[in-house]
Amino acid sequence: MDLSYSPEELAFQEEIRTFLQNDLPKDIAEKVRLDGDLTKDDMERWHAILNARGWLAQNWPKEFGGAEWPAVQRHIYDTEAAAAHAPRIVPFGFSMLGPVLQKFGSKEQQDHWLPRMLDGTDWWCQGYSEPGAGSDLASLKTKAVRDGDHYIVNGQKTWTTLGQFANMIFCLVRTDSDAKQQEGISFLLIDMDTPGVEVRPIILLDGCHEVNEVWFTDVKVPVENLVGEENKGWTYAKYLLTHERTGLGGVGSSEAGLKAVKRIAKAANHNGKPLIENPHFAARVAQVEIDLRAMATTNLRIISKAAAGEAPGLEASMLKVKGSILRQEINDLARRAVGPYAMPFASEAVEGANDRIPDPLDAGPVAGQYFNNRKLSIFGGSNEIQRGIIAKVTMSGGA
Amino acid sequence: MDFNLTEERQMLQDTLRRYLREQYGTERRNEILASDTGFSADIWAELAELGVLGALFTEDQGGFGGAGFDIAVVFEELGRAGVVEPVLDSALVGGRLLAAAGKADMVEQVIGGAIHLAVAHGEPDSRYDLDHVNTTATDNKLTGRKAVVMNAEAADHLIVSAKDGDAIALYLVDKGAQGLDIQGYPLLAGGRAAEVTLDNTPGAPLGLTLTDFEAANRLAIIAQCAEALGAMETATALTKDYLMTRKQFGRPIGTFQALAHRMSDLLIEMEQARSAVINAAGYADDKDADLHLSASKNLIGRIGRLVAEEAIQMHGGIAMTQEYELAHIAKRIVMADHRFGDTDYHLERFIALSAA
Repeated sequence: MDLSYSPEELAFQEEIRTFLQNDLPKDIAEKVRLDGDLTKDDMERWHAILNARGWLAQNWPKEFGGAEWPAVQRHIYDTEAAAAHAPRIVPFGFSMLGPVLQKFGSKEQQDHWLPRMLDGTDWWCQGYSEPGAGSDLASLKTKAVRDGDHYIVNGQKTWTTLGQFANMIFCLVRTDSDAKQQEGISFLLIDMDTPGVEVRPIILLDGCHEVNEVWFTDVKVPVENLVGEENKGWTYAKYLLTHERTGLGGVGSSEAGLKAVKRIAKAANHNGKPLIENPHFAARVAQVEIDLRAMATTNLRIISKAAAGEAPGLEASMLKVKGSILRQEINDLARRAVGPYAMPFASEAVEGANDRIPDPLDAGPVAGQYFNNRKLSIFGGSNEIQRGIIAKVTMSGGA
Repeated sequence: MDFNLTEERQMLQDTLRRYLREQYGTERRNEILASDTGFSADIWAELAELGVLGALFTEDQGGFGGAGFDIAVVFEELGRAGVVEPVLDSALVGGRLLAAAGKADMVEQVIGGAIHLAVAHGEPDSRYDLDHVNTTATDNKLTGRKAVVMNAEAADHLIVSAKDGDAIALYLVDKGAQGLDIQGYPLLAGGRAAEVTLDNTPGAPLGLTLTDFEAANRLAIIAQCAEALGAMETATALTKDYLMTRKQFGRPIGTFQALAHRMSDLLIEMEQARSAVINAAGYADDKDADLHLSASKNLIGRIGRLVAEEAIQMHGGIAMTQEYELAHIAKRIVMADHRFGDTDYHLERFIALSAA
């Protein structure tokens, strides 16, 4: 047992720190620190800076233009990036579709789509959930019917994150209505500029526009955009869900969030003393910190396993449940810490409106973030679904 | 012992509930939320007409209620419908302070819906402490800054606390008074507030002290607890309906035991919450009123968070959308904990008062 990083890993950490210090644009970091809405341009700028270093597709093999970082290095990057308030790399291309194409895509698909992800030609979004298919994803109804050299797609996807910025969407569609649910699904790449594709915004409860509905009406998709085999899409989707899942706990974000809570609580006055000295509040903070320290080690243990070549299955579900609960707890602490100043509504929707929002503790829209991050225990397989997986695997011998 | 409402209060509850159900649906409220003023003058006039504002005052004060249970009945219904009009600040706290100051003519205008009030007490670093006032009064000229003042932009008069020497006193400041600056903004859970600065602003002494303010604050706590209870009832009702209608894996999700048990837990906690509001209203004039009020506010804060978070979680994604009823209701519930002392503030006060 040795909890410390190797000399090579420490050198890597130093390299990442220096890079973030020098190359992360200050205006972008400030937006991330105060939970401001990043524009498409902000995210593309950051992607381009990472790409110039060859660090954009961190999990991809070198042959596809990736950094091929092992799990420990990716963890180091995640931790440092969160601490430096770097934007999250938009995951749909790099963490999700990329690995699927590398494993199941044709040579032509790999040669065409992967370089375009790296240079920013394409912005991908994910078309999985539907209004009637959330936790029960396999009940999806969006239909693709083969017609000569094309599929004709009809249906509706929802909760499409950053779909308003995307020009491409990878979708799970039903290609065989007679087969058992999971067996009639295919994995299709759809150009969002095709006639019949319509993106409609969904405004979330904190006023943010980050998710969308995507509607398909007689959309013609060339058959070469089918990934792998017809009706095998569920297998690819599952591969995507069980691989590259080590960052799930959000430890870096939680650590950065807890640091912010302490800073706010130091500045906040409570009965003539800093709030952080108040025993009740201090106890709340300490308990979360104790949990987080243990979870950081749990996370490292799972990363070590992954580095040794074992695919995290159960552990990914466990990390997601515990990690989401901790992050939500930290959001709760932040809103408590600001007291009455949690109430003003900083809406990105109204141009210039935020100039008038009082924020004496320099906390950002913490109440909005508290509500927004309720999504953490809902999306990507709700915590109920994750608990179901854990129970199924441990008590009946298979998922 | 009788846990039934009196006939008058039952009528008030029925009338208000029916009115809000018919006139204050999600769509109407979302229009109000998006409006520049953040509240509807029509709704305000109708609430006055229905006697809802009058029910917050005693007969001596020109109303026909004014006791803890009258306040609880009104605010539970306002909470159930997610009403954003500033009844709590403008009519209840502002109005009762003016009543305590003997301003009968102004109270009459409040009850009739003719004037709006704002109560400017909290300051940028006072958090929830009532006795932390840095605004000064010299020869009835006020100077200082007041934080998150509800309804300040719409108010015809502001009731402002300030220190004349060591003593905290309350002053009446008119809209448009010299040196009065109001920077307004919307609130996450609806309505508007403002940062208010006073620079040598003339104020008329109301003859009220911190003790009077504390009395009005007790009523505010009852109202806030009851409002949160009403909102929590809506949240649990929406969740129950959703669990019985939303199907995944071929059956209503409420038939999954993992969710059914959590719904049951919510219903158990809701009974606790109802009792907490009854305690707050029933012990409003007790010698240990503050102890009871802190107990209630703490419990409502804890249960409120549980209900809001569980209601969202059991709904899933749909509850994250602004246009769905629960989104607004959940914000009302959680933001109630940021007024008149939060869960921790009242826990501490309960401990201190228990030890005394």
